[in-house]
Amino acid sequence: MQTPVSKDILTTLVVSAILIWLAPYVIGTYTLTVLIIYGMLGLSLGLIWGFGGILCFGQGAFFGLGAYTYAIAAINFGESTLPMVLAVLVPATFALLLGAMMFYGRLTDVYLGVITLVVTLILFKFINSTAGPQYVIGKARLGGYNGIPGFQTLNVPGNPDAYIWGDAYYYFCAVALVIVFLLVTFLLRSSFGRIAVGIRENEVRIALMGYDVAARKTVLFGIGAAIAGLAGALFANWGEIVTPTLFNMPQSAEIIIWCIVGGLGTRLGPILGAAGLAYMKFLLGQQSTIDNTLITGLILVLFVLFLPKGVVPAFSGLWKISFGRRGFGKMHDTRRKRRARHG
Amino acid sequence: MDLSFVFLVEVLYAVATLVVISAGLAVVFGMMKVINLAHGEFMMMGGYATITAVNLGVNVFVAMLVIAPLVVGLIGLVVERLVIRHLYGRLVDTMLATWGLSLFFVGMATMIFGNTTTGISTPIPGFAVGDYQINGYNFFIIVVAVALLVLLFAVLRGTRAGLIARGAMQRSDMAAALGYSPDRIYMATFFCGSALSGLAGAIVAPLVGLVPTSGINYIAKSFITVVAGGPSLIAGLVSSATSFGVVNQVFAFAVSPIMGDVALLVTAVILLRLMPQGITSRFFKGKL
Repeated sequence: MQTPVSKDILTTLVVSAILIWLAPYVIGTYTLTVLIIYGMLGLSLGLIWGFGGILCFGQGAFFGLGAYTYAIAAINFGESTLPMVLAVLVPATFALLLGAMMFYGRLTDVYLGVITLVVTLILFKFINSTAGPQYVIGKARLGGYNGIPGFQTLNVPGNPDAYIWGDAYYYFCAVALVIVFLLVTFLLRSSFGRIAVGIRENEVRIALMGYDVAARKTVLFGIGAAIAGLAGALFANWGEIVTPTLFNMPQSAEIIIWCIVGGLGTRLGPILGAAGLAYMKFLLGQQSTIDNTLITGLILVLFVLFLPKGVVPAFSGLWKISFGRRGFGKMHDTRRKRRARHG
Repeated sequence: MDLSFVFLVEVLYAVATLVVISAGLAVVFGMMKVINLAHGEFMMMGGYATITAVNLGVNVFVAMLVIAPLVVGLIGLVVERLVIRHLYGRLVDTMLATWGLSLFFVGMATMIFGNTTTGISTPIPGFAVGDYQINGYNFFIIVVAVALLVLLFAVLRGTRAGLIARGAMQRSDMAAALGYSPDRIYMATFFCGSALSGLAGAIVAPLVGLVPTSGINYIAKSFITVVAGGPSLIAGLVSSATSFGVVNQVFAFAVSPIMGDVALLVTAVILLRLMPQGITSRFFKGKL
């Protein structure tokens, strides 16, 4: 049923290369960069929610944690290579601890949502209150509501004066997204990924087969946080400032909306959902007749009601019906994706 | 002496506030197993309804206790008919749809009232206890919270409507077999829950500057209170509001208001880790 790995990788590389090459002719690279970063953030939740069945209300926390880690480390080290690594490791470690606490306690759906939401709020409140000069990590002041500006942005490893910015930074982010996408592909094709999907479908059955469900969920949660942390660091580089709004609830809400609209249980859906909705928000921001939030909310409600599978599964289903070879694979496929939502 | 009295009032006030802002959510969650993430926005609309009515010359208490609950209840009714009734039994989907609704209402309020802070003054003057000043409105909130709990208990325990509602909550198919339409019951319950949210919003409106995004300040706290409370409606609400309110005020008093909030959230995490189904799944089992 699955296409061979080599073919999958080749398609990904060719399609993404064409997209990376063509996209700057349509949208400016500055905007494109942030769309790509949001795509990566969407992918991080798409992985743990769509394939692992873990609905995290606080994916924004890992995003913000990555951005703050990068900013603080970059000020202290004066270069960007080690901070980038730390920005992946710190959120991942944090998520492993949090995940271990939640999953070994057998928390599920709503309760999982509450805890992740609460942790995000704690971080938001804490960072917001760190305006005083006593809140210092190394040389970096946390800055409270104002955030941290003026840190070293991305440079060529070993040469802190050679900055990567503008068009070059766009290509850097695009390649990073492709690499992360391929890694996610590998992960999902490995036995770890298949068992993760199994846990999503029926946790008890997988546990009875002798797999350690809590450990596997924790690791998957950590991987998702690592990707979100990387996206956060890239975002910090793009915006050249980090503020507590990264930890905000609307930020986390938006990630969930991207995944729903794009399509859960697909790798491409969350990325397209994120980039598409973020671009739409950008365009809507240029007019003032209709409020932006109103449209976002309306989209979420309409999708939950009328297209709960998301855009990508709906279109690929349509594609298969119209052009695909007739076979039993089709039915099986749609059923699997429908079940993905009630993880 | 004076200080301890002031502290006691502050603790009671914190508990009462949690009860008031969570009651609407608790009714909807406890009865229908629907998490209404637009609860904060329902409160925000209750606040706006009050302020608008007061500016039009209505008595402030009439505006708070009658107009705001009615207006928000009717909005809730429309929401239930259009969106929520299609999603019963799908917990995650209702959460997402109501989150969408919350964004929708924020946008709507921004378009109507603008992104500016509005407010009304507190209708009850403060008074002095020894060297300290107490806000008289705090007592009003405590009274409202107690009245609300008594009313909820009385309606659920004492009236036929409450009996039917509790029956439908436990076994909706059995209630349907006895000739009561669960659809109608859910609709009425959601109306009551929304009205309670509107009332809560109206009551806290004089204490805060109201902006369209105000709802976000309440949703997390009420969400946590209700989920930590667990399956029993009133016992859960009281027990979790008490534990959170006390922790919040003790830390706010000892360290800083920010630490009070952080301590509340940390307590919530620990509570849920120890009792994943909420407080009333372990204690006060089977109570209302």
